[in-house]
Amino acid sequence: MVNNAIVFKIDGVEVRGKPGQTIMHAADEAGIYIPRLCDVEGLEPQGSCRVCTVKINGRTAAACTQPVAPGIEVENDTLEIRNCRRDIVRMLFHEGNHLCPCCEASGRCELQALGYRLGILQPDKYPYLQPVRPVDASHPDIMLDTNRCIRCGRCIRASRHMDHKNVFGYIGRGINKQVGVNGKNLAQTNVHIDDHAVAPGICPVGCIIQKRRGFYDPVGQRRFDLHPIGTEIEKTPKGIKK
Amino acid sequence: MKSNLDSVIAQACNKHKNDPGRVIDILWEIQKSLGCINEDAMEKIAATINTSRVHIEGIVSFYSFFSETPKGKIIIRLCGDIVDRHAGIDKIAAVFSEELGIGIGQTSPDRKFSLEYTACIGMSDQAPAALVNEVALTSLTPDSARDIARRLKSSSDPSKLVTVRGDGNNGNHLVNAMVKNNIRMKGEVILADGIQAESGLKKALSKTPLEVIQEIAESGLRGRGGAGFPTGEKWKLAQKAEANRRFVICNADEGEPGTFKDRVLLTERANLIFEGMTIAAYAVGSDSGILYLRAEYAYLLPYLESVMEERRKSGLLGTAICGKKGFDFDIRIQLGAGAYICGEESALISSCEGLRGEPKNRPPFPVEKGYLAKPTIVNNVETFCCAARILDRGSAWFAGIGTKASHGTKLLSISGDCAKPGVYEIPYGVEIAALLEMAGAEDPVIVQVGGASGEMIGRGFFNRKICFSDLPTGGAITIFNSRRNVLAIVDYYLEFFADESCGYCTPCRVGTVFLRERIQKVMHGFAESADLDYLKDLGKTIMMTSRCGLGSSAPKCVLNSMAQFPLVYSSHLKESADGLQPGFNIQKALEESRRIAKRKSMIYDPVFGNENER
Repeated sequence: MVNNAIVFKIDGVEVRGKPGQTIMHAADEAGIYIPRLCDVEGLEPQGSCRVCTVKINGRTAAACTQPVAPGIEVENDTLEIRNCRRDIVRMLFHEGNHLCPCCEASGRCELQALGYRLGILQPDKYPYLQPVRPVDASHPDIMLDTNRCIRCGRCIRASRHMDHKNVFGYIGRGINKQVGVNGKNLAQTNVHIDDHAVAPGICPVGCIIQKRRGFYDPVGQRRFDLHPIGTEIEKTPKGIKK
Repeated sequence: MKSNLDSVIAQACNKHKNDPGRVIDILWEIQKSLGCINEDAMEKIAATINTSRVHIEGIVSFYSFFSETPKGKIIIRLCGDIVDRHAGIDKIAAVFSEELGIGIGQTSPDRKFSLEYTACIGMSDQAPAALVNEVALTSLTPDSARDIARRLKSSSDPSKLVTVRGDGNNGNHLVNAMVKNNIRMKGEVILADGIQAESGLKKALSKTPLEVIQEIAESGLRGRGGAGFPTGEKWKLAQKAEANRRFVICNADEGEPGTFKDRVLLTERANLIFEGMTIAAYAVGSDSGILYLRAEYAYLLPYLESVMEERRKSGLLGTAICGKKGFDFDIRIQLGAGAYICGEESALISSCEGLRGEPKNRPPFPVEKGYLAKPTIVNNVETFCCAARILDRGSAWFAGIGTKASHGTKLLSISGDCAKPGVYEIPYGVEIAALLEMAGAEDPVIVQVGGASGEMIGRGFFNRKICFSDLPTGGAITIFNSRRNVLAIVDYYLEFFADESCGYCTPCRVGTVFLRERIQKVMHGFAESADLDYLKDLGKTIMMTSRCGLGSSAPKCVLNSMAQFPLVYSSHLKESADGLQPGFNIQKALEESRRIAKRKSMIYDPVFGNENER
């Protein structure tokens, strides 16, 4: 295994990856956190949010889809890349309606947690698009508020590849691209509360909500109250880090 | 009505063997028969071809020629490109609107007419232009528009609007178009007279596939679509890739605003295109090809089909081509449905596969995993024409044309403020100034090279040359004179990109909207100098982080114009009433409080010290 390891560098630190592995995956194993939103363990990466943008030998690419290659120099935590990531996270905040104080995903929302981690303190850079999208509360157990959707497509992939259903799918294009459901509303689909697609942790924000479970962790014990996002990766280096 | 829906859907799906990969063809037939693809239809189609309804909805809502709400029997699509706007398309719109009694974006209550704007339809050399269903109407005037509207009201047959046919094959009864070719300059390679038909193919078949690739590589041919990848290398990679099947795709999705040279090639050099594709198929070992034709050029479809049929009869397509045993190759035409992004090769492949026209992740590249995950070469219409000519005349002949590093000729689509808009075939290395002279441009101030995604050149830089080392281009040259407003042009290009973004990635989907918002702020005179820094920063982020070429070229018009016309921008800036620079530095403002409190702010200081960060 060590023999066919692919050695490359992230911010000057030597990292070993395996053939076919993505930069993100190799970095995770090496205990180096690359911020991300559309990528989550267990789902095929799609490279759409672009938060994980890194520079590879001077050219930018998404770390979640870019395979490792011998000798490449990856820039991850540099001022330039941090600025890009901040801009993208800001764009996502301003594209939808993210009312953190009253959102039940607060404290476990990956978008919010990334905002904190990247040091976005004031939502003042971009204009607000303030979309008005109807909330789909038709299903007895699940609610969908696409005003908070960041189009990461994690629900789409989970439904397709883990549940072998097609409950969700992208519709529209450009700024009107949204997540749609396979029916007139959620109640008319074959979604089930036990589906992976609607499990906590798939939707990174408060768009897919399980009913009658709101605000289930008290403030102070919510996922990101305890540790900033990415800490779990940085705390448990599994690969070789010099 | 319900049974009509059922039978139309059953028929359309059946015609394409209920193949989900052909869903765009299926949707076209349904759209034409029913005027829309509504919820019931989506449900029914999904059930028939065994896919999900949301998948169908995803496709219908992606392509602008499909509609979920009923459209009129006759759809008038006015070209909203910048050249058409300057040529007065708004006056044409007003006439149609008045005559038909409907506004832009509306359908008449009797569902006879729909009137809308559409992106560039590839007729910038004869603007203002419009599409009436599939019929292209060019060089419109308010009077001709009124006449057209009245005739449509009485006859309801768009094909009857063509009273005078254009030149060349536009006069062919299968094309039947009033479109003019406007060929202004013929070069040696593609538009030359007396090209020996099929000579390139015959010579190719006398060589081994590797020798053919070698010939192309030695000629120095690079892709004519704009990116300029070496064609020989692309073919070699596809040929080498491990696979049981390979595909050849011709990109005829000429969507870049201001380009129309592929339209002329499809009309006048169809055989040369198919010949080039066949040579490519022989070289890489492919048995099937696709010509992806943009929906706006649907009027050429019957003619192109007839050319292919003729080739099949002559043994130039099908089995054992030119009597060469074991070399089988055929081509199908995939009609697009209105999406600029489908000109991007991997998005084009997605579209051919019956998916939303979204680019794919790279790697793997199409030459390894393209159409149906098989090695695929995608080349531009013009590239295939060059390939056929190189095989006929030899790589040395081709390499002798142009400059040392940019071989051959380039077809340019010149339009805008000039006396002689049209198609020019020039050897690489010609200066912009020479082009302006050829085209009869008086008082040119801005030249947009390569369409919306290209480069904006101001008067001081007209000595730049068309070639890969200076100005590589897909071929659109749009000329603007001193009466045009550069900010309005930039605003138009941003509107175009925001409309045409597939929305897959964040920076392109959201960033283009923010760019446009801020350019409008500048245009309306509400911007401060800080807004210019904002535009630069935002543009840089979008270019660095976007997933495909659309996002990474969208900010170019903003950044180019700021660099080329700084005075235009500064003249639009607003000075604040108190004479101070706008902007508020929270860290500076907090400094005194920090000193008094002898501690940092819990809220504002986690990044304190990193003041370089924006």
